[in-house]
Amino acid sequence: MAARRISSLLTRSLSASSSASASLLSSLGRNSSRNGSIKRLSTSTALEELIVPPVQIAYTQNLIDGKFVDAASGKTFPTYDPRTGEVIAHVAEGDAEDVNRAVAAARKAFDEGPWPKMTPYERSRILLRFADLVEKHSDELAALETWNNGKLHEQAAKAELPLLIRLFHYYAGWADKIHGLTVPADGNHHVQTLHEPIGVAGQIIPWNFPLLMFAWKVGPALACGNTIVLKTAEQTPLTALYVAKLFHEAGLPPGVLNVVSGFGPTAGAALASHMDVDKIAFTGSTDTGKVVLELAAKSNLKPVTLELGGKSPFIVCEDADIDHAVELAHFALFFNQGQCCCAGSRTFVHERVYDEFLEKAKARALRRVVGDPFKKGVEQGPQIDSEQFEKVLRYIRSGIESNATLECGGDRLGKKGYFIQPTVFSNVTDDMLIAKDEIFGPVQSILKFKDLDEVIRRANATRYGLAAGVFTKNIDTANTLTRALRAGTVWVNCFDVFDAAIPFGGYKMSGIGREKGIYSLHNYLQVKAVVTPLKNPAWL
Amino acid sequence: MAARRISSLLTRSLSASSSASASLLSSLGRNSSRNGSIKRLSTSTALEELIVPPVQIAYTQNLIDGKFVDAASGKTFPTYDPRTGEVIAHVAEGDAEDVNRAVAAARKAFDEGPWPKMTPYERSRILLRFADLVEKHSDELAALETWNNGKLHEQAAKAELPLLIRLFHYYAGWADKIHGLTVPADGNHHVQTLHEPIGVAGQIIPWNFPLLMFAWKVGPALACGNTIVLKTAEQTPLTALYVAKLFHEAGLPPGVLNVVSGFGPTAGAALASHMDVDKIAFTGSTDTGKVVLELAAKSNLKPVTLELGGKSPFIVCEDADIDHAVELAHFALFFNQGQCCCAGSRTFVHERVYDEFLEKAKARALRRVVGDPFKKGVEQGPQIDSEQFEKVLRYIRSGIESNATLECGGDRLGKKGYFIQPTVFSNVTDDMLIAKDEIFGPVQSILKFKDLDEVIRRANATRYGLAAGVFTKNIDTANTLTRALRAGTVWVNCFDVFDAAIPFGGYKMSGIGREKGIYSLHNYLQIAHRAQFVIMQWNGSHHPCRKSLPSDLLDCLKIVPAGLALC
Repeated sequence: MAARRISSLLTRSLSASSSASASLLSSLGRNSSRNGSIKRLSTSTALEELIVPPVQIAYTQNLIDGKFVDAASGKTFPTYDPRTGEVIAHVAEGDAEDVNRAVAAARKAFDEGPWPKMTPYERSRILLRFADLVEKHSDELAALETWNNGKLHEQAAKAELPLLIRLFHYYAGWADKIHGLTVPADGNHHVQTLHEPIGVAGQIIPWNFPLLMFAWKVGPALACGNTIVLKTAEQTPLTALYVAKLFHEAGLPPGVLNVVSGFGPTAGAALASHMDVDKIAFTGSTDTGKVVLELAAKSNLKPVTLELGGKSPFIVCEDADIDHAVELAHFALFFNQGQCCCAGSRTFVHERVYDEFLEKAKARALRRVVGDPFKKGVEQGPQIDSEQFEKVLRYIRSGIESNATLECGGDRLGKKGYFIQPTVFSNVTDDMLIAKDEIFGPVQSILKFKDLDEVIRRANATRYGLAAGVFTKNIDTANTLTRALRAGTVWVNCFDVFDAAIPFGGYKMSGIGREKGIYSLHNYLQVKAVVTPLKNPAWL
Repeated sequence: MAARRISSLLTRSLSASSSASASLLSSLGRNSSRNGSIKRLSTSTALEELIVPPVQIAYTQNLIDGKFVDAASGKTFPTYDPRTGEVIAHVAEGDAEDVNRAVAAARKAFDEGPWPKMTPYERSRILLRFADLVEKHSDELAALETWNNGKLHEQAAKAELPLLIRLFHYYAGWADKIHGLTVPADGNHHVQTLHEPIGVAGQIIPWNFPLLMFAWKVGPALACGNTIVLKTAEQTPLTALYVAKLFHEAGLPPGVLNVVSGFGPTAGAALASHMDVDKIAFTGSTDTGKVVLELAAKSNLKPVTLELGGKSPFIVCEDADIDHAVELAHFALFFNQGQCCCAGSRTFVHERVYDEFLEKAKARALRRVVGDPFKKGVEQGPQIDSEQFEKVLRYIRSGIESNATLECGGDRLGKKGYFIQPTVFSNVTDDMLIAKDEIFGPVQSILKFKDLDEVIRRANATRYGLAAGVFTKNIDTANTLTRALRAGTVWVNCFDVFDAAIPFGGYKMSGIGREKGIYSLHNYLQIAHRAQFVIMQWNGSHHPCRKSLPSDLLDCLKIVPAGLALC
């Protein structure tokens, strides 16, 4: 499979920067755009004639013990199309009782089997079969993801679904490679460690990448032999139910993966504080992450993995390739409507190139096509819901009030749905709210810096530490920044590279633990030391 | 250095079970006991003529930024000799303000250096020099440890000090072996991970093994390049101050290791909820562990390592070597006055060997010599303080009231200090408090079982999961139990083996994370990954900066569909 990389996929101007990605772009039939032949979309057109999603909503109940069931309370909640704010389905609303039932099913599947008692190879095969089924149903899944989330259909279809499939291939390969260690002893003992599944994993995923977050959470947990109760975000319950159904078709035994739709204070809190849940993983806001950790502390001390917010610096040094930096800074912020925890939301530009950068960044934002995410050529869809939409607009007002210079954008777009103009602020200073808080929207803040020590200090002066971008041609500058930046990911002359093997996670209040790669396995394994005496050992 | 192993050191009847330990026992001059020639001490004698500890208390102030200083408040608190309950020193009482100062010093030493900027080799050398200095001062340290804690002097001198030294040699060896990974990419990227120190580590240690817990915490944190604020237990502040002083003599820069004496609700809580502390590690009770995690959650989400309580099963199968099992079950529970988080505090014995086991276990407990821990031949000293002493006695009363059979012991010993008779209960059932709660004292509970499935279920039916002992000669039984027991350590035909390389930690509510061994490094490292865009020619040779890229890029930019003018 060709490398599928969000960054290269979505920054069309970079199609030549990576041969693997270039071939992917070709395979998407988008190379035609390089000749300017793509139809220019007017935003009004893009917003007025909405494409009808080519998919039915088949699954709206909770999936517990292998069966779709209504909520115990019988209640449902509406889920929306962010393009219009209109209801597209009513979904079973899980609460504490549904979580209890799901945990009981997961507990049974773990304690009595068959899941942890199957061979790792059998588990691996089921993950691979699941990946195949997802590939087969990619079209429906991508359409459903866009319909419920508002993200670009092309992004869902050509980047996120392939990344999900890639993730499950990756972790299928780990399932039969979970090695313990034999340990050198100081005397006549044989010492070994067993890396065992933890048990029932509770997982709470966000709405910005519903399927990808499903993959990051479910892949390693199942590969390690755990069973799962997954709570989806209330904004985007649909695709997880669909793929969970596919998982059972792939041969997953009942009770191994249970999916409950619902809200944080009810279903989420019940899961985080459940006494029979052995592990909780959460992706979402820092404030909610604190609540999750507190609930774990107050209940049974389940280990907690957190992937939380960020205010990631994107540092453009004076020797950077400016056009490249402009394009990737734009991408780092605006990708997925700015709804990324690792968004490059503080664009630090060296004073010697600041003016040129700003001019080009503004021009790029002005060129950004906002519209129906189902339409080809559209680069930005709506924000997820009215709450986020209002929040982003509040931050824009805050930026204006604090005397940042509004270079472009600054308002909503259209009258329906949650579209926001690509917005760029210049002359942003560190004390402004827009430079401190996570906005989670299409609002780029451009800051000026003078020298490396200063930008290191300022870049690190945040409670967050999720990611950073560094643009320079100088290897010393790159090495200095890479070590000095207190962030879980440093992208050097690139951004948002999300291969399965690359660990992702935060320093400081951006989270605890790492997902993806070999590091994610730690989250779902317990270490057991086994010690036995040796009689007359041949060696020590 | 000969293997020094607590278990073999202290179970005199097992001297033949391991040649390494046997030689160690010889070196201690204790093999004479195998011939019964050791002088039997009467308990009253042992308690009446207390040995004067051969050591002075030199350090009682907080150690902050390389200097011994009084508490900011000027306050002190008394610390005691558990043999008598008498005050032996007044120690600076650190609270939030002292923690603030210590964190500021640690922050500075981390953010500005020199600690994380030194080479790993230089850090390693300092750890090794420290280990040498501890070895040189072992006598004073062991005496001080026993004086302040009540543990056997021989145990402190011959097992715990050597284990501390061993731990620092072990982690000194790790300091220059903290490797990151290079990561296979799905495309044209060079990806690597850096395993970086987390920053300022807060560490809160308990009173049952003051020096060993210092080693488990400080060793890996320093090896990984972190700086530390350590809060000791209020019961046992003395030895950590002493060794921290030695660390500075060994060349540790000021601010790298700060030691604050004080209490949990003031100093401990301030550390756990500090916004400038990047990591917290705690060893202590499960209830306090929950508070520590909550404070971390409410403050800055610092990652938390917890080593908490236990109610570890010790399972004696019908095919076990009964004498061996009796001795180790006795040791597993009574070691260190029963004040071990991993104490084998539920002795499950197969019904076919139950009567024999019980008779021998009772006889062994009756033989246990309780007395002044400074005296040779004494096997059990006092409990740490009046609070623990009273708690243990309450659990003994609870056992009697719930109709367990009191086989021996059951009361205090002497009129002074916190000595308790070695106590054995039989006919204990799973629902009794003494079978459910962590007693942390010399009280053995013996339970009967019928078959493996039953004992697995019962052994796992606890909120704890720290350790387990399994005694059987059958490899299938051993393998079945090893996998089925939900515990961080399973000792098969042994117990309390604590080599530096063996990870230790709990399942369930016994904790989060592992200490010792390679696993402990995870607690003190952040994983940063760096992805770098690389351009390669497909003939395999590197093409550092393909000249055509900028023009390609510009070319591409030209054809980007221009958006609408939005403002």
